[in-house]
Amino acid sequence: MPAARGPVSSALCTLLTNRDPAAEPGLVTGLQASVQTALHDADDILHDEDLQAALFTAYELRYSGLAGVDDSLEWDPAVLALCAAIELCFEQALRDRVPMPPLPAPGIDTVAAALFELTGSDSGPSVSRYLAKKATDAQAREFLIHRSVYQLKEADPHSWAIPRLRGRAKAALVEIQADEYGGGRLAKMHSELFARTMRGLGLDASNGHYVDVVPAIVLASSNLMTMFGTHRRLRGAIAGHLAAFEMTSSLPNRQYGNGFRRLGYDQAVTHYFDEHVEADAVHEQIAARDLAGGLTEDEPELVEDVVFGAAACLFVDGLAGTALLSAWTAGESALRSDAPEPVGLRS
Amino acid sequence: MSAGRIPADSGDPVSITACPNGPLLVRGAFEILTPAGEVVPSRRKTVALCRCGVSTLKPFCDGSHKAIGFTTEPESPAPPPAV
Repeated sequence: MPAARGPVSSALCTLLTNRDPAAEPGLVTGLQASVQTALHDADDILHDEDLQAALFTAYELRYSGLAGVDDSLEWDPAVLALCAAIELCFEQALRDRVPMPPLPAPGIDTVAAALFELTGSDSGPSVSRYLAKKATDAQAREFLIHRSVYQLKEADPHSWAIPRLRGRAKAALVEIQADEYGGGRLAKMHSELFARTMRGLGLDASNGHYVDVVPAIVLASSNLMTMFGTHRRLRGAIAGHLAAFEMTSSLPNRQYGNGFRRLGYDQAVTHYFDEHVEADAVHEQIAARDLAGGLTEDEPELVEDVVFGAAACLFVDGLAGTALLSAWTAGESALRSDAPEPVGLRS
Repeated sequence: MSAGRIPADSGDPVSITACPNGPLLVRGAFEILTPAGEVVPSRRKTVALCRCGVSTLKPFCDGSHKAIGFTTEPESPAPPPAV
């Protein structure tokens, strides 16, 4: 169970671990009151530690579950209401703040061209360049810790979209995801490759091990995908998100690999990054054209959400990159200093 | 050994998609050979072949075409020959 970061995540943890049916109504009321207050008071939901931690914790019930928490709580009305309340503000903040390019006409060529233009002009912070040229060993470990929140379940949030698409877009998504899951071979699953990289640096690759030490924006990056993926209404956004993710991956991954080589790590550690240089050069074409473009041919009204999903990916992951770089350039750690320290973090 | 990757009764036709301003996507039961005739190991079912000439992973694409601003002519049917 992720540690509480404030009143909402604390109230959620208490409800999820409660074993006394008589206490439940009071706990639910307390959770509802705390989330309404927190949402009202939140200055910036993307960086709100308590709200992002609460949403992340609730979402974990949709993935691997949480130790000590009844699996049936995934569909508990109070938990779903909490998610809905936070999602409403989270999505609104994104709709207000994510810069949107001009919308293309629906279609494969037009949407793919617009997405290549959008992702090619992304001026976000270059974590990859820093990793390649400057990062210390400790910073390289922090980078892996930040990325582990998503990469240990790499591909899962986008897989939610498979049953929600049809035709060409569905086939394209399956083609990409099959490769992400190693063509069905455990040792080649990208999440497994990432775990091997983490272990190569002496990090613990068990799911959720470092969640407590990453800042809210890293949880927001993961929550964004889960929100897009688990709402059928947002199927355009999850398709656009995957396209942007793949389209900004090949070249940075070569830099990441170079950075770990510079620090003296061998192929056991760099394989994850090297594999993504080649894989994502394939995936970006399929994602931009057949998935995102194909979806807009099938459902032209989704073109705005496809572009929104792509732009939101760049925006939120840009903020997450800023969190790393601003800490490092100030000579500080990019991990939360007030968090309970996972065993072995400094080993 | 070089023919081992293609089942004799494979009904999976090879297709090649020319991606605008990007690589050639190849799907199906194919094998890629070096000039000496040796099979180039392929780690995935669908591959992207470099056509900008700058990839560091040739024959595969590594996304470098975007960094150099590689562009292709619009793919259109060939015009009838001039008389």
